[in-house]
Amino acid sequence: MNELITSTAAQLAEKLSAKEVSSEEVAQAHLDRIGEVDGGERGVHAFLHVNSEEALAVAREVDAIRAAGGDDAAALHPLAGVPIAIKDLIVTVGQPTTAGSRILEGWMSPYDATVIKKIRAAKLPILGKTNLDEFAMGSSTEHSAFGPTRNPWDLDRIPGGSGGGSAAAVAAFEAPLALGTDTGGSIRQPGAVTGTVGVKPTYGAVSRYGAIAMASSLDQIGPVSRSVLDAALLQELIGGHDPFDSTSLTDPFDTLVAAARNGSVEGLRIGVVKELGGEGYQAGVEARFRDAVELLRGAGAQVVEVSCPNFKYALGAYYLIMPSEVSSNLAKFDGVRYGLRVLPKDGPLTIERVMGATRAAGFGDEAKRRIILGTYALSAGYYDAYYGSAQKVRTLIQRDFDAAFAQADVLISPTAPTTAFKLGEKLDDPLAMYLNDVATIPANLAGVPGLSLPGGLADEDGLPVGIQLLAPAREDARLYRVGAALESLLEAQWGGPLLAKAPVLGGVK
Amino acid sequence: MAEITRDDVAHLAQLARIEMSPEELDKMAGELAHIVDAVKSVSEAAGPDVPATSHPIALSNVFREDTVGHVLTPEEALSGAPDAEDDRFKVPAILDEE
Repeated sequence: MNELITSTAAQLAEKLSAKEVSSEEVAQAHLDRIGEVDGGERGVHAFLHVNSEEALAVAREVDAIRAAGGDDAAALHPLAGVPIAIKDLIVTVGQPTTAGSRILEGWMSPYDATVIKKIRAAKLPILGKTNLDEFAMGSSTEHSAFGPTRNPWDLDRIPGGSGGGSAAAVAAFEAPLALGTDTGGSIRQPGAVTGTVGVKPTYGAVSRYGAIAMASSLDQIGPVSRSVLDAALLQELIGGHDPFDSTSLTDPFDTLVAAARNGSVEGLRIGVVKELGGEGYQAGVEARFRDAVELLRGAGAQVVEVSCPNFKYALGAYYLIMPSEVSSNLAKFDGVRYGLRVLPKDGPLTIERVMGATRAAGFGDEAKRRIILGTYALSAGYYDAYYGSAQKVRTLIQRDFDAAFAQADVLISPTAPTTAFKLGEKLDDPLAMYLNDVATIPANLAGVPGLSLPGGLADEDGLPVGIQLLAPAREDARLYRVGAALESLLEAQWGGPLLAKAPVLGGVK
Repeated sequence: MAEITRDDVAHLAQLARIEMSPEELDKMAGELAHIVDAVKSVSEAAGPDVPATSHPIALSNVFREDTVGHVLTPEEALSGAPDAEDDRFKVPAILDEE
């Protein structure tokens, strides 16, 4: 395979600044790869829109600045000219933003998300918009209105969700970097099942302005990549305080890259979360997880077991809080301000009936299910028992984390209980689908950062297993330090990155 | 199992402004009952002394100067609207004729 597409973003950045390759060549190589493996009946289908013209124009602009030299060339961002894919939940001027939903099919945003403004300022060519479960609701990308994405490791399996498109694009070498959003695991779980890296930053570390809201108190934009260092480079670029997001933190997050370049676990206390394992976890997932823990112990980490007894309520609390926020956030899709408008087949043409017909036609099954569930949880008579109790559970989970972080610097668990399952396998069983996020949800409820990195292949099916690291709020740098250390220990065992073991797609490797 | 009838779902769907067929209502009632059963243990998790958390990272309100910030032009704001007239969103009748 072309080295331009198998390189990490950090490697590409070096080659670009050394003028060994041009940005245009790099962008073109990725667009060619997209053309080669993304389309057709058995294509990966990571992309909903490919942005060739603009991507190449930005790449040529970077090349021209570099060729001219001087202050402008010196001032280029280290990632200038390194292409990126964007989850189609994040709004972009000049490209459609659909959120994976018929209700927004073809919609053009009149403004850019803050993260997009930062990416444009740093001159990363945007390759296109990636597929997702409708409004980021799902764990398999099968709830996209525009068809599922396939897992590059096995095209009959799911790439995780909701950000299956971003993870698959990176795993299939269609992009070195991508943006995701994570409400209950939508960056980390796709990372786990595709053998890639995904990070949910501390809530507020990256502006949510321009990410179409699913559950505002849980949503977070974060990086998707093939290495821990690449994720750090991208999080530093997109992070920082934003006056357009009232929940944005003012803390600096500027030591992430340094942490990723200085991976080490010597003397660090690493807590194995007792409740995130056992029943429901695949044997091969647990085996790779134990191997990773032993590697860390061998590298000088002090491994302790921690207990988070209230995590057993996390999934329940999440499936009350999230749909409640969904029912409110999705009320704006009313057939008036943007997107689809459908007129009722018969009867009087009132706005209320137009809304009913528009939302019936525009939303898919899972979106409807969550809106109705949220409407139920917020109704008079149930509010205290459901929504109110779920918010109390949130407090209990934060206390569990506080206690665990008193004993350990970083927590560790499998990212997802299983490897990638078959397309269609869980589509008719919402509860089975929801269980995929059992290990990732606690971080969203508490606002703490989480990182998933490849932990190897499960013995029974040869598919990637994800290892999740969790740190206290605002301590994202710890994830990168430990993540980079574990990554290099594992890659030393494998003799290279895990993705080198993935089956060949498209052309000759 | 949680008692969620088809009429309950019809009422919720009406509140949520989603038109649903009788078949959809039946299916949703069954699914909702299952999901509610699976999540209802949260109501037993915390006692009355546990405060609720609505936001993951505690923040306090701050003030800024009252200056005009970034705003969309009427053209931008209306660019995705299904119908517009005179710089305004245009909607079908608000009230039924009856």
